[in-house]
Amino acid sequence: MRPSPRTAHALGLYACHTCGLLSRPAREGASSCGRCGSSLRFRKTNSIERAAAYLIAAYILYIPANVLPIMETHSVFGREENTIVSGVAYLWHAGSWGLALIVFIASVVVPVLKLLAMTLLLITAHYQSAWRPLERAKLYRLVELVGRWSMLDVYVVAILAALVQFRPLATVTPRSGALYFGAVVILSMLSAMAFDPRLIWDPAHKESHTHA
Amino acid sequence: MPVLSPTDSQSTTGLIACNECDLLQRPIALPAGGWAVCGGCDAPLYRYTPGSLDRALAFSLGAAVLFLIGLTFPILELEIQGNVTSSSLSRTVQQLWKDGLHVFAVLIAATTILLPALELAVMISVLLLLRVRRASAWMPKLLRLLTLVRPWGMTEIFFMGVLVALVKLAHMADIVTGIALWSLGGMMLLLIAASRSFNLRHLWEQVAPQ
Ligand SMILES: [Zn+2]
Repeated sequence: MRPSPRTAHALGLYACHTCGLLSRPAREGASSCGRCGSSLRFRKTNSIERAAAYLIAAYILYIPANVLPIMETHSVFGREENTIVSGVAYLWHAGSWGLALIVFIASVVVPVLKLLAMTLLLITAHYQSAWRPLERAKLYRLVELVGRWSMLDVYVVAILAALVQFRPLATVTPRSGALYFGAVVILSMLSAMAFDPRLIWDPAHKESHTHA
Repeated sequence: MPVLSPTDSQSTTGLIACNECDLLQRPIALPAGGWAVCGGCDAPLYRYTPGSLDRALAFSLGAAVLFLIGLTFPILELEIQGNVTSSSLSRTVQQLWKDGLHVFAVLIAATTILLPALELAVMISVLLLLRVRRASAWMPKLLRLLTLVRPWGMTEIFFMGVLVALVKLAHMADIVTGIALWSLGGMMLLLIAASRSFNLRHLWEQVAPQ
């Protein structure tokens, strides 16, 4: 017979979110970890609300990030505005398929998947769903791992703008789309950080506890 | 990778809780370089890395030297009809600032210069403090700062961005790759090696609770 899972929370123990020290403070709340000084909480404070706020902001900025140009190229051939998607198409037509694929994954696939994954995680955690906790935990880990890579295009624009300064032959100027895109990446990172992965497991643990 | 099983004994001393699912488990001995994995959710719990602190110090000092080169020397040089422009990391930021793109400049400066520099500085100070073996009140502060800073340093993504820019420019101009490109690439690898050797959990365990 498997013992029912015992969590730190179930035993009234605080696991410090910064240094991992287990402690049982004399007083509920308003106490801090004896080792690193972080304030002790069973779960991150207002985790779902904060994560949802960042996520909604990310969704809103996702629209200008993709619709507005991320940079503008002036050359003897005229003026050209580039969006995230046209940048990928350009690499593809230039024959750099490998790089086109990396940029496509980093700038198109990852941001969309990250927004959708965080939405799924927040909704299931909000309704205290015990549905497939292991798969959801792995999804969260994946989001944390790859989310930052979406900054790729922001850096490409910055480097091109710094290098291509040949007035009047050719110049590259960053446009506001790049900034919105950077904001989407940062907001979705903040959303993932605000989310407490323990909320995925709490309903599952509660269920197995009552069945035991 | 050894997987820990959930505890069923009554005593809670010496137990650890999983960072991701809160499951209490009893730590086990690991072979050198081994990971212990949560029995409930597969999350990595801790690693055993004997002697890794000296390696971490060597890697982070190396990364710091390469970072200084990468900061000041040109990453790429571009030539169109006799005109040459070059960009170093710091010049990229200056150029953006000069063009009035202040928020953009700050974003790039923070994620590719300030935060990676802070991460390196904190790691090196922690490792040097440990070398002189002085229990320092700074240690918990430094380790907390490191946890905070780590996700925001994006050297490896910037490096990939340089490669993408390189391909985009290759058709329109002559490009010379500067010494800083290779320094940044080397710094990226050393930084990854350093943070892999820098066993944060182990270092926290050495800080005595008050
Ligand atoms: Zn776990």
